[in-house]
Amino acid sequence: MLKYDLVVVGGGPAGMAAALKAKECGVEKILICERDETLGGILEQCIHTGFGLHYFGEELSGPEYAARFIEQVEKTDIDVKVNTMVLDITTNNVVIAINKQDGLMEISATAIVLAMGCRERPRGAISIPGTRPAGVMTAGTAQRFANIDGYLPGKEVVILGSGDIGLIMARRMTLEGAKVKAVCELMPYSGGLTRNIVQCLDDFDIPLKLSHTVTEIRGKDRVEGVTISKVDGNLKPIPGTEEYIPCDTLMLSVGLLPENELSRSVGIRLDKVTGGAVVDQYRETNHEGIFACGNVLHVHDLVDFVTQEAQTAGEGAANYILGKKEYADYRIHTKGINGVRYVVPQRISMDGSEEPVKLYFRVGQVFTNATVKVTRNGNVIYAKKKRKLAPGEMENIVIKPEDLQDFSEGDYLFIEVEG
Amino acid sequence: MSYDIAIIGAGVVGSLIARKMSKYDIKIALVEKCNDVAMGTSKANSAIVHAGFDAMPGSLKAELNVRGTKLMGYLCDELSVPFKNIGSLVIAFSEEEMETLQELYDRGMENNVPGMKIIGQDRLHELEPNVSKRALGALWAKTASIVCPYELTLAAAEVAVLNGVDLYRNFAVNDIAFENEIFTIKAKNGKEIEAKYVINAAGIYSDYIASLIGDNSIEIVARKGEYLLMDKSLGGVVNHVIFQCPTKMGKGVLVTPTVDGNILTGPSAKDIEGKDDITTTTDELDMVRKYTSYSIPNVKLNAVITSFAGLRAHSTKGDFIIEPSKVNPHFINVAGIESPGLSAAPAIAEYVQDIMLDVCGRLPKKVKWHRTRPEPVRFRELSTVERRELIENDPAFGQIVCRCETVTEGEIIAACHGPIPAVDMDGVKRRTRAGMGRCQSGFCGPKVAEIIARERGKDLLEVTKFGDNSNIVVGKTK
Ligand SMILES: Cc1cc2nc3c(=O)[nH]c(=O)nc-3n(C[C@H](O)[C@H](O)[C@H](O)COP(=O)(O)OP(=O)(O)OC[C@H]3O[C@@H](n4cnc5c(N)ncnc54)[C@H](O)[C@@H]3O)c2cc1C
Ligand SMILES: Cc1cc2nc3c(=O)[nH]c(=O)nc-3n(C[C@H](O)[C@H](O)[C@H](O)COP(=O)(O)OP(=O)(O)OC[C@H]3O[C@@H](n4cnc5c(N)ncnc54)[C@H](O)[C@@H]3O)c2cc1C
Repeated sequence: MLKYDLVVVGGGPAGMAAALKAKECGVEKILICERDETLGGILEQCIHTGFGLHYFGEELSGPEYAARFIEQVEKTDIDVKVNTMVLDITTNNVVIAINKQDGLMEISATAIVLAMGCRERPRGAISIPGTRPAGVMTAGTAQRFANIDGYLPGKEVVILGSGDIGLIMARRMTLEGAKVKAVCELMPYSGGLTRNIVQCLDDFDIPLKLSHTVTEIRGKDRVEGVTISKVDGNLKPIPGTEEYIPCDTLMLSVGLLPENELSRSVGIRLDKVTGGAVVDQYRETNHEGIFACGNVLHVHDLVDFVTQEAQTAGEGAANYILGKKEYADYRIHTKGINGVRYVVPQRISMDGSEEPVKLYFRVGQVFTNATVKVTRNGNVIYAKKKRKLAPGEMENIVIKPEDLQDFSEGDYLFIEVEG
Repeated sequence: MSYDIAIIGAGVVGSLIARKMSKYDIKIALVEKCNDVAMGTSKANSAIVHAGFDAMPGSLKAELNVRGTKLMGYLCDELSVPFKNIGSLVIAFSEEEMETLQELYDRGMENNVPGMKIIGQDRLHELEPNVSKRALGALWAKTASIVCPYELTLAAAEVAVLNGVDLYRNFAVNDIAFENEIFTIKAKNGKEIEAKYVINAAGIYSDYIASLIGDNSIEIVARKGEYLLMDKSLGGVVNHVIFQCPTKMGKGVLVTPTVDGNILTGPSAKDIEGKDDITTTTDELDMVRKYTSYSIPNVKLNAVITSFAGLRAHSTKGDFIIEPSKVNPHFINVAGIESPGLSAAPAIAEYVQDIMLDVCGRLPKKVKWHRTRPEPVRFRELSTVERRELIENDPAFGQIVCRCETVTEGEIIAACHGPIPAVDMDGVKRRTRAGMGRCQSGFCGPKVAEIIARERGKDLLEVTKFGDNSNIVVGKTK
């Protein structure tokens, strides 16, 4: 059996940043397992720019952003195994991984960081009626065909869902000479970043049809067209609003799901809303010594925050490994209410730390000129005016250590929007 | 090429007949209009081996269902096809429905169905805690089972091929001539073969195939059934096949585990015009959802990973039609094979064998007949030791391609070079399960396409989802 202090599952930006941070904190034997051919995760197929504005203060492409971290990893003695899939994690922290060279490995780890990223929701998850021809694919699959394999996935495209990948693929396909006929979004607002709507749709005159969905797929072998309909306030298609759009491709960008099969198999508690683990401010899960960060924890729209979060997890893992972890006297919970869909971390370990705690959250609808409030026992401990809050943009607030005094076991910190 | 027997249609029926007849030292062709076997109804059905209490006593359906179900477990074991004897429960919600259970039970007794029992509420909820608390009792049939229908079809066709049967794919029969005791069977793509005997196992199109020799006695109407397939995380919500009581409105929907641990619910029932409408519709799927929650109130209906539809080949005569045509006794119709056609298929093959021995006279047997096919590797089912050994012999088994179903590159390569090579994405999917999981090939799709292209010496541009013009990509990037 191989033995490591820290095994990181997934070599995307989250996995790399966590490993690097743990190294910096003094952890000796670290292994990153990545099932793809290279480190970099989803970034390797994001050849557009827009990465690193917050973290590096410059605009990089996905592979460029990843390259900075890959270089750093290479400079250290962190072991990296690519083309290596982690199949299982046992409750006593043994990681079962597999690759062509080493075959099936059992790796015992003092701590584990989960950084498996997320996957796209498939067609079935939204049950679009009609035929089941070729040419229906997720935007990420299309992106892989175009950016890694060098093939055009379609010539006349309708995109369902206005998540960032969908928006970016709208631009990419247009630049490749394909015609993107429409981007349909079920909700009355886009799930993507405003900057992507401007740069990817508006600049190319691609119509964004809000409150619309695809109600039928037609075509026997390859997609021949789709019917789209307007939806009402309950998101149900309105009869009579059908519009048929001929196309050879339907791209789906209908959301991302954290990849938590492994977490589930070790019995890690998951948050129903985020689909990721329930963690404390160090990103430690309910299973001692197992940490989670990045898209496997909750879906991020900006890689910069992934990196930050992963550093937190890397440091937490290092403290655990090096015996510096302060055990909590008790824990309190965070909870989003009144328009706040979720908050990460979901719990705060009260271990006497003097550090501020950063809370990430997302709202469930668009708010303008609203106030974000944090309350405990009915008292407001934080309030800030926001010009705009949208489900597509993750927000964060920092809670000062003095505001975290004198809680007791099981108390709640509520985050809400007013306005 | 000339053959002794040409079998039209490589569904579960045609393939099992081909396997059975491949015992004899004669030349056999199995022709199929699609790019692969099991592309018709045999790939889209409830996958249940029915106990046999549904069909009317005395009908061919009843006889062949009960016999087929008896043969099925052994056959699947021999062919290494996933099969589980889990039993079925028809649940009753009213006293009236309890009476229906008794009728079904009596009918089952007449059909010689073994292992049936009517159970009360307590026993039912002990067996299936998630069944609606309003259910009063159930008919428990212990011989009912679940099977993988496309794997069974493929396995049967593979055995046939290993025993010298020629499989013609993309051979859509559109003309049959009969001269000097020989049939000339022509396909849409211009190819033709000759045969002394024809077995018509063309499923929903068996009436059309019969009409090509002037036999207009068969009428098949297509009745569509739509399904929802749920994620494995729902596994265990039910452990038996759960039926609702048949009413005047129809058979109701069933909820069942699949051999792979997913949950399947459906089918709806709707007569359709034409014969190739396998679209899914909101109305029908909503109905499936509604009936599903009637049986199992707390099933999580949002865990759907895909939906699909299949076509029942309903004969207006109401029973299986398995007999030489009145127009030409060398042309055997195997038509109207609607449910329980899958369950009955092993018995249908026997029955057709008897007919063939009748019309052909004694047939010589092959000296050596392969009963089965090489067992496909299923990495996800292996133990650690077995996995290790496999990778040591062939590192391709150390590369996971489909992460949802844990399918290795080695398995995909094997599927591309099997007795009936997979030639497209869906072919790989049916053989290996790559792309059948919760992400529905979102992640492995491009990789599988690359492997198919590489193994078949083609460009990615030529790789299709299921043949014809179902290409995956349409050009190269700039
Ligand atoms: C298409 C797209 C466009 C984006 N655009 C922008 C943008 O313009 N600007 C921006 O700042 N951010 C953008 N983002 C967001 C950002 O890039 C992601 O949030 C970030 O890459 C997530 O990092 P991660 O490490 O959590 O996940 P990933 O990058 O997905 O990495 C996870 C890694 O884990 C591996 N893995 C998973 N399971 C296993 C296992 N069992 N064994 C071994 N390895 C495993 C995976 O192969 C993968 O490499 C975009 C994201 C996407 C998807
Ligand atoms: C909704 C539904 C649910 C069902 N559930 C069950 C169940 O749970 N249990 C059970 O026992 N049975 C069930 N059945 C019935 C069972 O699926 C069928 O009886 C069985 O699959 C029929 O097999 P087949 O080989 O006759 O037809 P098919 O599988 O349809 O095979 C016919 C083949 O002929 C080919 N073909 C057609 N025309 C031509 C042509 N011109 N030239 C060449 N080839 C041609 C087709 O491509 C096809 O491959 C169900 C059926 C349906 C529709």
